Amino acid sequence: MKLLVCISQTPDTTAKISFNADNTEFNNAGVQFIMNPYDEWYALVRACELKEALGGTVTVINVGPAANETTIRKALAIGADDAVRIDADPKSAGFVAKQIAEYAKNAQFDLIFFGKETIDYNGSEVGAMVAEYLDLPFVSYASKLDLNGTVATLERDIEGGVEVLEVDLPFVLSAAKGMAEQRIPNMRGIMTARTKPLTEIPAVAFDGFEKVSQFTLPPAKAGVKLIDPNEMVELVRLLHEEAKVI
Amino acid sequence: MVLVFAESPRGHFKKSAFEAVTYGKKVAELLGTDCVALTLGPVDDASVLGTYGAKRVLNLPDASLTHFDSQLYTQAIADACKQLGAQVVILGHTTTGKSVAGRLAVRLQGGLISGATGLPVLAGKNLLVEKTVFSGKAVAQYELSGAVNVISLMGNAVKPEQTGSAVASETLTLALNSSKIRVKEVKTQEGTVPLPEAEIVVSAGRGMKDPGNWGIVEDLATTLGATTACSRPVADSHWRPHHEHVGQTGIAIRPNLYIAIGISGAIQHLAGVNNSKVIVVINKDPEAPFFKAADYGVVGDLFEIVPRLNEAFKQFKAAN
Ligand SMILES: Cc1cc2nc3c(=O)[nH]c(=O)nc-3n(C[C@H](O)[C@H](O)[C@H](O)COP(=O)(O)OP(=O)(O)OC[C@H]3O[C@@H](n4cnc5c(N)ncnc54)[C@H](O)[C@@H]3O)c2cc1C
Ligand SMILES: Nc1ncnc2c1ncn2[C@@H]1O[C@H](COP(=O)(O)O)[C@@H](O)[C@H]1O
Repeated sequence: MKLLVCISQTPDTTAKISFNADNTEFNNAGVQFIMNPYDEWYALVRACELKEALGGTVTVINVGPAANETTIRKALAIGADDAVRIDADPKSAGFVAKQIAEYAKNAQFDLIFFGKETIDYNGSEVGAMVAEYLDLPFVSYASKLDLNGTVATLERDIEGGVEVLEVDLPFVLSAAKGMAEQRIPNMRGIMTARTKPLTEIPAVAFDGFEKVSQFTLPPAKAGVKLIDPNEMVELVRLLHEEAKVI
Repeated sequence: MVLVFAESPRGHFKKSAFEAVTYGKKVAELLGTDCVALTLGPVDDASVLGTYGAKRVLNLPDASLTHFDSQLYTQAIADACKQLGAQVVILGHTTTGKSVAGRLAVRLQGGLISGATGLPVLAGKNLLVEKTVFSGKAVAQYELSGAVNVISLMGNAVKPEQTGSAVASETLTLALNSSKIRVKEVKTQEGTVPLPEAEIVVSAGRGMKDPGNWGIVEDLATTLGATTACSRPVADSHWRPHHEHVGQTGIAIRPNLYIAIGISGAIQHLAGVNNSKVIVVINKDPEAPFFKAADYGVVGDLFEIVPRLNEAFKQFKAAN
C-alpha cells in the first residue's frame, strides 16, 4: 500500500506574530516553527500505524524552502519511509495544492492524508483542492479510519455529531483529533531518519487568483472589567446594557 | 450574479445558510447584481431564502444529494455557476462548505478565501476580503482576482436579516455522476445548537475538579439557551465528550458571549475562543492569564459564583 502524507510547517502557537514594514509578509525572524499538529499527531501517525499493520510505504511531502528539512526529518523519525520536498515558498493554498497534485498525479497513491487545517492560515483548503485536481473522493475532518482490503471505513466530525461512511481506495482525507495519538520519535527513529531518502524537486509555475494584500493586528482589548463576586446582578445588567449580548 | 449555496443537512437549513444568503445579498448590491440561492437535495421549504434577500431560489432535489459528498456537491454548484454565469460563489464556513470551497475554486479556476469575516470591498475589478489568521492573532486582507471568486463565510460573522419576501423555488435539472461515498450513519445530538453555530457558549475547565460537578454549568447553559464547551484536559480525561473541546486542537468558535469557568486561559485554549465578541471569565486566581483576554472578570470560587450568576440570569429572563 502506498500512502502519502502532506505535512506543513507553522509557527508555534506561542510565537509572537509580526509583519514586515509594509505589512504584506509574515516576519519569520526569531519564530519557532513546528510541524502542523494535525499533520503530525493524526495524519502521519495513522498512516504509519496502517503501514506497520498492513505493509507498504509512507511518503511525506512538503512544499517549502530548504529550512524545512528539520520538520521533514522529524516526520521520518516518527516513521515515514521517504520524503519529498518541493522547493518553493508555499505562497498560497492554491499554489501548494497545484504542486502536490502535480507530484501525486502519476504516482498512484492508495491514500493521501492531510491535516484538517494549518494553524497559521486556518484555511482547510489544500486537501479539497488536491482531491479535485486528482478527481478523487475527499473525506474531510476524519476522526477515525480503518481499512479492510480496499474498503475504508471512516468517521468524520460534522457540526454537533459524526458521520460514519465507507469509501473505496484511492481517496483523499483530512485528519482531525481522534484518528491517532501523538507519537514521540524514539532514539532509533531519530538515527534512521538521518539516512532516509529526501528527494528535492522543483516547483511548477502557478499564479492563482488570490494573495494577501495586507496583514493587521487586531485592536487590543480595552482591559478586563472586574465585578464583585457578590454582584452577579450587576454583571447581568452590564451584559445586557453595555455589551448587548443578552 | 452572486450564487449562494444554502446548506440544508437532512432537509433543514442551518443558521449558516441564512447568514450566507444575507451576506450574498449584500455582495450582490455591491456588485450591482442579483443574489441567487441554490439548495441541494430534498429540502423542507426553500422559498424562505427569499426573505433573506435571494432574488431566485433554485433547488436540485436529486436524492443522491441527501448525504454530503464533496465531489457531487462541487459538480452541482459548479454546473449551476456556469449555467447562471456567477461572478461570486458564497458558502458557509462549515464542515460541508470547507470541504467544497477548495474543490470549487480549482474546478472554476477562480479565487478563494475561506473563513471570511466581513463584506468585501472593491479594488477595481478585484475583491478585498478579510479573515483572521494565526489562530486569531492577526487579520489578513486577501485580494481575489478570479473571473469567479469563492468565499466561505465564517459563522456568526453576519447576522441573518429578513428583509425580503419568500420566492417560489425553481427546480433545477443537472446530470450528476454517481457518488463514491457510502454514508452508513449520521449521529447528531438533537435539540442542542452545535458549538460552531452557538451564540452563547458556557465553557468549563479543570477548575471544576470532578465531572460530577457539571450540573451548575449545565443549569447556567439551560437558563441562557447556551451550548456547553470545555478545555482540552477535561475532554482528554473523558470528563466531557470530545465534541465539546474548544481551542487550537479542538473547535474554533466565535460566539457573541463566551463564559469561561475554571479555565486558566492557556494560549492554545485562547486560540479557539479569542474571536468571541464578549468574554466573561470566572476564576479564583486573579493572575490567571484568561483575565488578559476577558471583557468581564469575576475573581472567586466558581462553586459559589456560578449558581449566583444563574439566579441573576433567571431574574433577568423573568423580567424581560
Ligand atoms: C500543542 C498543544 C495544543 C493544545 N490545545 C488545546 C486546546 O485546543 N484547548 C485547550 O483548552 N487546551 C489545549 N492545550 C492545553 C493548554 O495548554 C492547557 O493545558 C489547558 O487549556 C488547561 O486547561 P484548564 O484551563 O481547564 O486547566 P488548568 O490550567 O488546570 O486551569 C484550571 C483553572 O481553574 C481555576 N480554578 C481552580 N479551582 C477553581 C475554583 N474553585 N473556582 C474558580 N476557579 C478555579 C484555576 O485557578 C485555574 O486557572 C494544548 C496544549 C498544547 C501543548
Ligand atoms: N506547504 C505545504 N506542504 C505540504 N502540505 C501542506 C502545505 N500546506 C498545507 N499542507 C497540507 O494541507 C493541509 C491543510 O492546509 P490549509 O488548507 O492551509 O489549512 C495541512 O494540514 C497539510 O496537510
